[in-house]
Amino acid sequence: MADFIQLLVAGLATGGIYALVAIGFTLLWQTSQTINFAQGEFVMLPAFFMLGAMSVLGLPFWGAVAVGIVVSAIVLGVLFKRLLVDPMLRHGVLPLAIATMALALFLKEAVKDFYSAEAQPFPPLAAATNVSIFGAAVALQSLIVVAIAIGAVVALQLFLNNTQTGRRMQATAQNPTVARILGIPVERMILLAFVINAVLAALASALVTPIYLAKFSNGEYLGIAAFIAAIVGGFNQVRGAIVGGLLLGVIDNFAAAYLSAQYRAAIPLLLLIVVILFRPQGLLGRVEERTV
Amino acid sequence: MALLEVRDLSKHFGGIHAVEGVSFDVNEGEILGIIGPNGSGKSTLFNCILGQLHPTSGAVRLDGRAVTGMRPCDLNRLGVSRTFQLLQVFPELTVRENLILAAQEHKGSMLSRLFGARDVGLTGDANRMIEFFRLAPVAANKAGALSYGQQKLLDAAMAFMAGPRLVLLDEPAGGVNLTMLASLRDRLEAINREEGATFVVIEHNMEFVMRLCSRIVVLAEGRIIAQGDPADVRRDPKVIEAYLGH
Amino acid sequence: MSRWRLLLGSAAGLIIVAGLIAAPFGLKPYGIYILTLWAVTTIAAIGLNLTLGYAGQVSLAQGAFVGIGAYAAALLTTHGWPLGSAYVVAAIACFCIGWLLGYPALRVQHHYLAFVTLAFSTLIYLVFRNEEWITGGIYGLSNVPRPSLFGYPLRSPRDFYYFCLANLALVSLAAWWLIRSPWGRAFVALRENPVRALSLGVDTRRYTLMAFALGSGLGGISGVLYAPLVQYIDPTPFSLLLSLNLLLMVIVGGSGYFFGPFLGAIIAVLLPEWLQAASKYYLFYYAAFVMVLLVVSPSGIIGFFERRFTAARKSAPPATPVGQAKVA
Repeated sequence: MADFIQLLVAGLATGGIYALVAIGFTLLWQTSQTINFAQGEFVMLPAFFMLGAMSVLGLPFWGAVAVGIVVSAIVLGVLFKRLLVDPMLRHGVLPLAIATMALALFLKEAVKDFYSAEAQPFPPLAAATNVSIFGAAVALQSLIVVAIAIGAVVALQLFLNNTQTGRRMQATAQNPTVARILGIPVERMILLAFVINAVLAALASALVTPIYLAKFSNGEYLGIAAFIAAIVGGFNQVRGAIVGGLLLGVIDNFAAAYLSAQYRAAIPLLLLIVVILFRPQGLLGRVEERTV
Repeated sequence: MALLEVRDLSKHFGGIHAVEGVSFDVNEGEILGIIGPNGSGKSTLFNCILGQLHPTSGAVRLDGRAVTGMRPCDLNRLGVSRTFQLLQVFPELTVRENLILAAQEHKGSMLSRLFGARDVGLTGDANRMIEFFRLAPVAANKAGALSYGQQKLLDAAMAFMAGPRLVLLDEPAGGVNLTMLASLRDRLEAINREEGATFVVIEHNMEFVMRLCSRIVVLAEGRIIAQGDPADVRRDPKVIEAYLGH
Repeated sequence: MSRWRLLLGSAAGLIIVAGLIAAPFGLKPYGIYILTLWAVTTIAAIGLNLTLGYAGQVSLAQGAFVGIGAYAAALLTTHGWPLGSAYVVAAIACFCIGWLLGYPALRVQHHYLAFVTLAFSTLIYLVFRNEEWITGGIYGLSNVPRPSLFGYPLRSPRDFYYFCLANLALVSLAAWWLIRSPWGRAFVALRENPVRALSLGVDTRRYTLMAFALGSGLGGISGVLYAPLVQYIDPTPFSLLLSLNLLLMVIVGGSGYFFGPFLGAIIAVLLPEWLQAASKYYLFYYAAFVMVLLVVSPSGIIGFFERRFTAARKSAPPATPVGQAKVA
């Protein structure tokens, strides 16, 4: 029982991180049909902004995190949209998707070549102590991650449902054409979606990097995880990304504990296959049919 | 026996009865017009006849043979063809290729088409169609580069390429300027006269319809409210009310 | 197309072909290997260009088909069968599996189709990795022999290179002919306007399945040549990454253009090698190059040149006024 709780909390922590990354991914797709293959690198990179803020600007940890988030919002949000996405949007989904593939490689190699190929230590969010929950020793770190992830998700949902801007963004995500007719500043909403994505990714970066250390290759697995989480949950729903992320995190953790490494790596892929074959719109997604 | 028989055709979208109990005949060689205010179900009716939509109930017969809900490609091979309200040409193919495509699927099997034996004959047909619709100056251009009016002509030409017996035209006069309109009507009458093709035309342009069609069917709210001679239909109080009452 | 352009194009083509034939004499074995890899990869890219570029069907499974072809060749040739048998097995297997993969394409929209092909690709990769009894699992199959052509062994890098080049030439001719045939037209119609195509008698169902089947078949053929090239087959090269890379080749070269795959494969296979000689940051520059290229020309390299050509032609005034009714 104790093991179960430990694994569950750890799974929710990982899942919460996946959820943050998957939400942004889904938002980008919904508002602008952008498939961001560099999403994993968007989570890898902010950690380096934060490290830079700490070493160059001498900021304390949480100050550096804030700086990292702001820089990410500008570089991975605004610049990304203006320089890469805007010129390509009219030409369909695929060229932009390939461009983000190249961007992923670009960011990865940039960090590897110009910062370091070695894993850099990253400060933890909390002391390495354990908290007792129902008799199980759960890492404080995990609880904090879960708390922050849940907090971010709740804040986002409140924003989307209870503010005018948030509702406008939802309208843009569901139907940009109609939104435009209704007078919603669609271009600004799309830009906002990109900024939100960058912020969520940067937050996820601060949460996940203490575990894996800051390394240029961190993006690989996270990118795939975000992709799988988004698809499993439902590619056209933000709620789907949350559910998908949590589910993936929990399953992944349990698989790591009970299966050999070889099979463990296959579990997310199997989950993906099963969902796509039996419920292609994802667990929470809506069906979109073809007319011909 | 009429060429096309529509019997009690209905199409419901949930609670919306887009087409309700529509029955009419189309006789060989005639030009039938279908008119009615916006939202009266004209395009839905076409789509049901042509297999793009499955009718909720009712039957469609071609030459006495039941074709209800048949796939559009199969219906096309039986000699029924259509044009679309929104332009539907293939922008990346040239005008000539568009026309050849419009007829290439009609005879022979898919495998025989791989060996392109019939291409020669089709090129000749395409050239004749190009001449007929006066598209010669742009024949080698990509269809996407043509003006709107030219694309409309190409659209019509494509519908006629395979020598269909029955052509359903969905608002052929939409967005076409006056000069081109006269030309279009002239071409349609010529085909009807010379090839004996039967037309069914949906149109909003009253002038165009009254001058082109020999018989008119009026739809309102999914039902037929009047049928007959253009002049009679024009004076029918029910028809006037349907248009003005909106 | 004017005679002048035709002449220029033919001259350029002859020079390129001559270059390809002469190339191995100036290259070290590794250079010849890379060039052969380019030729083999182009075949897979041509297949994907057929499915995606011409018929408009998104497939993220092409890498899996290359894998199936490679494993088929490796298994057969290491058990003494000639490479020819691998062609037959791989082509038929990949054609049929590709045909079946087309069925989801009939029911789902573009991005869902991408997911389904992605799932398939992942499934095949897992099979390669886990079914040790047939694929050797992560240990793979080694000592894949080079083939012989009518008794003449093709072991040397240069001989095998010419063999692959000949394969590429045959595939190119077949693809050219296919695209110029009614099927080619039907594929483009399927991509541009399936609704209209259907109403013109084009059986979009059959052509969709055929587009998948043919593209996948070519992927298999590419794999059949890949196995004797690298002579060791394990699951690693056939992950989703290969499918994505092939997708990159098609898009960057120019989706739906005949020469797109050739150029795309040059970019993805040869360019990193050339850059590597110049700088140790070669992947960084490669990624930057691809990004800039796509931003400047989302329709790929050939798309870029086509737009410049049509722009040049449009600037010349038209000879006669078009589309006006003749005076009776």
